[in-house]
Amino acid sequence: MSHKGHAHKYGNNIDTDAIIAARYLNMHDPAELAAHCMEDIDPDFLQRVRPGDIIVAEANFGCGSSREHAPSAIKASGISCVIGKSFARIFFRNAINTGLPLLECAEAVDNIKQGDTIEVDLPTGTITNLSTGKMFKAKPYPGFMMEIIDSGGLIEHTRKKNAGTK
Amino acid sequence: MTLAEKILAAHSGKERVSPGDFLNVRCDLVLSNDITAPIAIREFERLGIPHVFDPSKIVMVPDHFCPNKDIQSATQASMMREFAGKQGLVYFEVGQMGIEHVILPEKGLALPGQVIVGADSHTCTYGALGAFATGMGSTDIAVAMATGEIWMKVPPTIKFIYNGRPAKWTGGKDLILYTIGDIGVDGALSSAMEFHGQAIDSLGMDGRFTMSNMAIEAGGKAGLFQVDATTRRYLKGRTRNKYSVYASDADAEYSRVIEYDASKIEPQVAFPHLPSNTRPISRVGNVPIDQAVIGSCTNGRLDDLRLAARVLKGRKVDPHVRCIILPGSQQIYLDALKEGLIEIFIRAGAAVSTPTCGPCLGGHMGILAAGERCVSTTNRNFVGRMGHPKSEVYLANPAVAAASAVVGRIAGPGEME
Repeated sequence: MSHKGHAHKYGNNIDTDAIIAARYLNMHDPAELAAHCMEDIDPDFLQRVRPGDIIVAEANFGCGSSREHAPSAIKASGISCVIGKSFARIFFRNAINTGLPLLECAEAVDNIKQGDTIEVDLPTGTITNLSTGKMFKAKPYPGFMMEIIDSGGLIEHTRKKNAGTK
Repeated sequence: MTLAEKILAAHSGKERVSPGDFLNVRCDLVLSNDITAPIAIREFERLGIPHVFDPSKIVMVPDHFCPNKDIQSATQASMMREFAGKQGLVYFEVGQMGIEHVILPEKGLALPGQVIVGADSHTCTYGALGAFATGMGSTDIAVAMATGEIWMKVPPTIKFIYNGRPAKWTGGKDLILYTIGDIGVDGALSSAMEFHGQAIDSLGMDGRFTMSNMAIEAGGKAGLFQVDATTRRYLKGRTRNKYSVYASDADAEYSRVIEYDASKIEPQVAFPHLPSNTRPISRVGNVPIDQAVIGSCTNGRLDDLRLAARVLKGRKVDPHVRCIILPGSQQIYLDALKEGLIEIFIRAGAAVSTPTCGPCLGGHMGILAAGERCVSTTNRNFVGRMGHPKSEVYLANPAVAAASAVVGRIAGPGEME
């Protein structure tokens, strides 16, 4: 499965309050949350974002609260995947569980500029900056996590495991 | 093995575990609240499993936007109430409820040696009791509610040693803010933090809860203390259940060992917009404030209120400052009332609220307008955390927050002596 879109670049330590402010946590529908994605740190994000676009961030993306609303809002805004130097632990779990692919690749982050056209091949973790022609390889997922991703998320993975034990 | 490794091994049927191992871990307590439970319930229902694994081990607390602040939060809280009732879960209604991470230890639900998972990042608070406690998202919690198990990767452990005795107004909040300032907001990313040293031995339970609570602000997966006489004293009378006490081996392997001289650590203030952006109180300069918040899962316990009362007694909150005090639970509210703390607060001109997470995450009970500044005993000072994206939050201990409320700018209690 591959994704193609424009890069939206962010710095270090983008927290979950920046991704979706807590004042909107009185809702949990992904489409409603997406209408406020990145609002406090990048008010133009929603006007710029097109389906398939890619967030490219420095270290510790998604730090802060455990709100699963954060990856849900990003996904529902049209973003196809996030490339980062590193991800906060709970955000990483939540993204896998909700089906938002994350790619860890510092070299790619350093070589992608705001607005560049990026292509990502998920199964191989290959990231291509079509604006410069440069290619990068993301860190592969551990086998255990690949099982969850291949099942289509943690709920499907658990359903499958449960069906197997019955 | 370290404390964290021993607890995880015992909960996954293994003799030995090492950092990096993937485990299926048995959970003793599974927690969610009014903003994370609705998604957990939705995902639980997708699993097709009719009942939770053990209703006595699943706790739901309406604390974030409760008592309900608007129709949407009321709808979410009602969804949680209905599910908790139908499944027979442990549930605390408004009137009995407090902030989740304050009441779980208080009611004797969180105990040493347990594995506790919660759909709230500050679930790490229970590490103060020698439990392995960590925050997760709602989908993980849905699976834990259904199966009683969740996957985890064994974290490496970083050992922090605080030598010496802390100075007069320096407490758990200052030790942990100083640490986060030193290692950064991802300094303990996906690691367990283990707290040791003379300053830790003399720290009361409430100060320990504060430190474990903020492990997540350094990216930590858990923040653990060894069980000692202070822990046992706290647990006495709270539970009749047996619990297991684990301790790190003398030859346990740590990924890093970091030592501090606690006697040299002043009260700390974290400037906007990261908890790691810390300065000692003597180097804060002139920072006028509009609001002071004292409370939260970080600093809403009785010792915190006592500290604030010591500063506020016989003094008045600056007329340009709103000082809002939120006891973390009904029991703490009652204890503070009996000790005369609530009267001190009200006579000083502070507003005292029923327990709620409220202002900490910009929910209700003290939202900031554009350009406003708040000194707060809470845990995060991100952009827009307490309201308008152009407002500012400064994190500090309860004595600093109280002194600042009186002076009208960020000030240490030392200024008043």
